[in-house]
Amino acid sequence: MENILTLIHDNLQLIYVLILAVFVGIEVMSKVPQVLHTPLMSGSNALSGVVIIGSILVMGKTDPNNYAALAMGFVAVVLATLNVVGGFAVTDRMLDMFRKKKK
Amino acid sequence: MATQLIDIGYLIAVVLFILGIKYMSHPDSARKGNLLAAAGMGLAMLVTFFMPGLQNIWVSLLAIAIGSVVGYVMSMRVAMTAMPQMVSFFNGMGGAAAALIAIAEVFGIFHGSQATTDFHGLVNSNYFYFGALLVSLVIGAVSFSGSIIAMGKLQGFVTGASVKWPFQKLTNNGLLVVTLLLCVYLFTLHAHQELLIYLICLLGLVFGILFVMPIGGADMPVVISLLNAFTGVTAATTGMLFDNKVMLMGGVLVGAAGLLLTLLMCRAMNRSLTAVLFGAFNSGGGAQAGDRQLDTTVREISLSDASILLSYAKKVVVIPGYGLAVAQAQHVVHELEKLLEEKGVEVKYGIHPVAGRMPGHMNVLLAESDVPYDKLIEMETINPEFPTVDAVVVIGANDVVNPAAHTDPSSPIYGMPILDADKAQNIIVIKRSMSAGYAGIENELFYNPKTRMLFGDAKGVLTKLVAAVKEL
Repeated sequence: MENILTLIHDNLQLIYVLILAVFVGIEVMSKVPQVLHTPLMSGSNALSGVVIIGSILVMGKTDPNNYAALAMGFVAVVLATLNVVGGFAVTDRMLDMFRKKKK
Repeated sequence: MATQLIDIGYLIAVVLFILGIKYMSHPDSARKGNLLAAAGMGLAMLVTFFMPGLQNIWVSLLAIAIGSVVGYVMSMRVAMTAMPQMVSFFNGMGGAAAALIAIAEVFGIFHGSQATTDFHGLVNSNYFYFGALLVSLVIGAVSFSGSIIAMGKLQGFVTGASVKWPFQKLTNNGLLVVTLLLCVYLFTLHAHQELLIYLICLLGLVFGILFVMPIGGADMPVVISLLNAFTGVTAATTGMLFDNKVMLMGGVLVGAAGLLLTLLMCRAMNRSLTAVLFGAFNSGGGAQAGDRQLDTTVREISLSDASILLSYAKKVVVIPGYGLAVAQAQHVVHELEKLLEEKGVEVKYGIHPVAGRMPGHMNVLLAESDVPYDKLIEMETINPEFPTVDAVVVIGANDVVNPAAHTDPSSPIYGMPILDADKAQNIIVIKRSMSAGYAGIENELFYNPKTRMLFGDAKGVLTKLVAAVKEL
């Protein structure tokens, strides 16, 4: 019990951020109309590519002679980039179709 | 100095993410929103490279270059009809990256020359770290294998039907419980067993496959949204792992979006999430046609009659379904719409939230063929209009217009919100055959005295219909 309390207390700032982020997320997302649900999904999908930061950081602390770890980090960076670049590009393509219909 | 600037860069990136999504709330500003979010991502990546003591920078840059080229080319080549599988694929890649990061962390601790070789000590000093690591690992793995199976189902290299096996609930739940217990075991005992940690990842991969396999066709929008939420969660936990606020915020935003869409999709089908996850409609009852006397006469209509009916109507509503996407008929339907508008007919589209294979699928398809977005009307808005509609054209849709949802309490889809096509004056249904829809039930709309059928592939039929309207 005490362990849990200290755990919460030690990470209080993180928990605050987490809770506020959930509310902001739901608040902002729920304003998106049904017409744009697919772009919203692929755009937020691209956003989940932020793990790219994690993969760069993992690479950044890997010993350059540890080839196995290096290979894993490398693949992680490639995949995360795929997610980011592919996701944003595909969303842009879709949204472009919605935009040019203004007549 | 450098670290302060990095933190500020991250802060700006997070603000850009939120602003980006905010701009997504209107079609006119949505593109700008996407670019803002992308700029935020670029900024976050850029400042990360200035982290003091960062190694292997060139290798990372090479990997980014490869990923960028491949991702860009894929996204430019994909057809709009194949968008659901593309999104699934990208989503799976994000999940895989998160799981790999977690594995690389574990591997680095056990085999690396890092300072933190004492895993036991590390775990004791920070529960959060270890918990986040386990969650990243499991959910990342589930998200990866689940997304790949979902993509396979949409692309057709995995059967799109609901696959079931004996004790399916038991195996899936059992696997989930075992995985969770293992996580709890590792977490509470701070056990530093490397192999067990890898085993958890493997279980996650297997679970991802088992949990998507039973989900069929029309339920795909729910799963895709849910998997999207999963990848968001792993991004957030990876953020905890590195005490990195951009990843945390980005991940939570995605998680919220995914969850929201999942629940919206479930509500649009009047089914609980568990009902979707544990397999298709219970085809129990089986007596739909039995106790209710259905007049099973189907009336066909000729192309010229259909073209006259549509040309002299005042108001026409088109109801597209997955059949439109399969037949790639989005361009022809727009041509028909333009022709009719020239003749003074008011044409609108009635879009059911779960039509197609992902949230908003129909909207994207029709936008591709230049249909103005203000003609794409949501279900709640268009339903009251149907009594004043002269003709409804149902293209490749079935369950979303089945009146049994209102009238037959024994029907599996009873209670599901539908488009009230049966209230219109005339109904034209374009359909390949009389086969039942995803829910596997008869649709009495087809036997309605006001209904006329046009059998054939949506694209072929519409092309001929366009020609017939032109001849008038």
